[in-house]
Amino acid sequence: MTKVRVATVWFSGCAGCHMSFLDLDELLIDLAERIEIVKSPVVDTKEFPENVDVTLIEGAIANEEHYELVREIRERSKIVIAMGDCAVTGNVPAMRNGISVNELLEGVYGNERTTTGTIPNEVVPTLLARVRPVHEVIHVDYFLHGCPPPAAVIGKALLALLDGKTPELVGRDLKFG
Amino acid sequence: MKEILIRIDGKEVSAPAGSTILEVAKQQGIPIPTLCHLDGLSDIGACRMCIVDVGGKIVTSCTTKIAEGMEVITNSDRLAELRRLNLELIFAERNHVCSMCVSNNHCELQDLACDLGMQHVEVPYAYPRLSLDASHPKFIIDQNRCILCGRCVRVCAEVEGAHVWGIAGRGSEARVITELGIDWGDAEMCTDCGKCVQVCPTGAIVEKGKAAAEMEKHPELVTTLKERREND
Repeated sequence: MTKVRVATVWFSGCAGCHMSFLDLDELLIDLAERIEIVKSPVVDTKEFPENVDVTLIEGAIANEEHYELVREIRERSKIVIAMGDCAVTGNVPAMRNGISVNELLEGVYGNERTTTGTIPNEVVPTLLARVRPVHEVIHVDYFLHGCPPPAAVIGKALLALLDGKTPELVGRDLKFG
Repeated sequence: MKEILIRIDGKEVSAPAGSTILEVAKQQGIPIPTLCHLDGLSDIGACRMCIVDVGGKIVTSCTTKIAEGMEVITNSDRLAELRRLNLELIFAERNHVCSMCVSNNHCELQDLACDLGMQHVEVPYAYPRLSLDASHPKFIIDQNRCILCGRCVRVCAEVEGAHVWGIAGRGSEARVITELGIDWGDAEMCTDCGKCVQVCPTGAIVEKGKAAAEMEKHPELVTTLKERREND
């Protein structure tokens, strides 16, 4: 049986959703027989692969690198799932949205409280004017709420998809926070 | 009192003249989602969640009184769609960050999003920059989490009789204010009773010293208080 190709990515978030994914515990063993993780923060590939069946996105779209990559991910993935409140709503990373990027960087780096007093402008990607939930940039097929989503909800969604069904996310499955 | 005959979801019922559609639905055990409504306070139709269909016209059931021969539909695809859009607009208008909120897991807005099956907020978030007033010795008002339901305004005027809370501004610029827009800590009319805290459906008006998910409220205390006063 060919395995279902699954990717997980980590944008502007705290990795808590990935921790919750690992909290699937023994279900991971069953999943490992049916899925292959082709890209993930724990898989050592640089490029996002082609022909991915399901991609789970943790985190909001906060900088230019996220913005480029998430569109590439959409092109290469059959199903995209926004995993967790940052991906679904912007959540904590979006709390900076009422503040301009300049004011933000100036407040964090541009004073004597930091070691250099200069705003980093090399290597790190440029911040977007606003942090955005994933669905504002690309089409998202399913939304897993929660900060983080409970492992049971992640498992429920994945198992339904593996059985070729639509994940039924209702009631408390949809609780933010 | 005169009884009036109406049809609600196809079922013929009679209720006293002067009853609202919401009251009749409740008596019949028909659930209608509400947010600004609280038993014991007057109804103002602020949140628009309790909308129903009366002969093709969409009205708020909390402020619409029954009339002879009225045909009411409380649930339809159109109503579900409108309620969900309304809920999305409420979420998008301010900064509701459930994970960081003191009222996480005990929030009427959060519960409603589950009940109405809101998958995500399609309308763009406004991300307004809003103030937080912690000048009162015991309580905080965080405008980021206010949905302008006006329960604080009504409980303060109708139950406590202090008239501290009001609403200033219009549309998306509207804000709950204390007295004439002074800091809450300077509001001399405030009796520090905390009824506004208990009835606030979200984490907008809260007690100091609470961390995320620690604020539990009891709006039903106000309902009980009102009932006891009326029965005395």
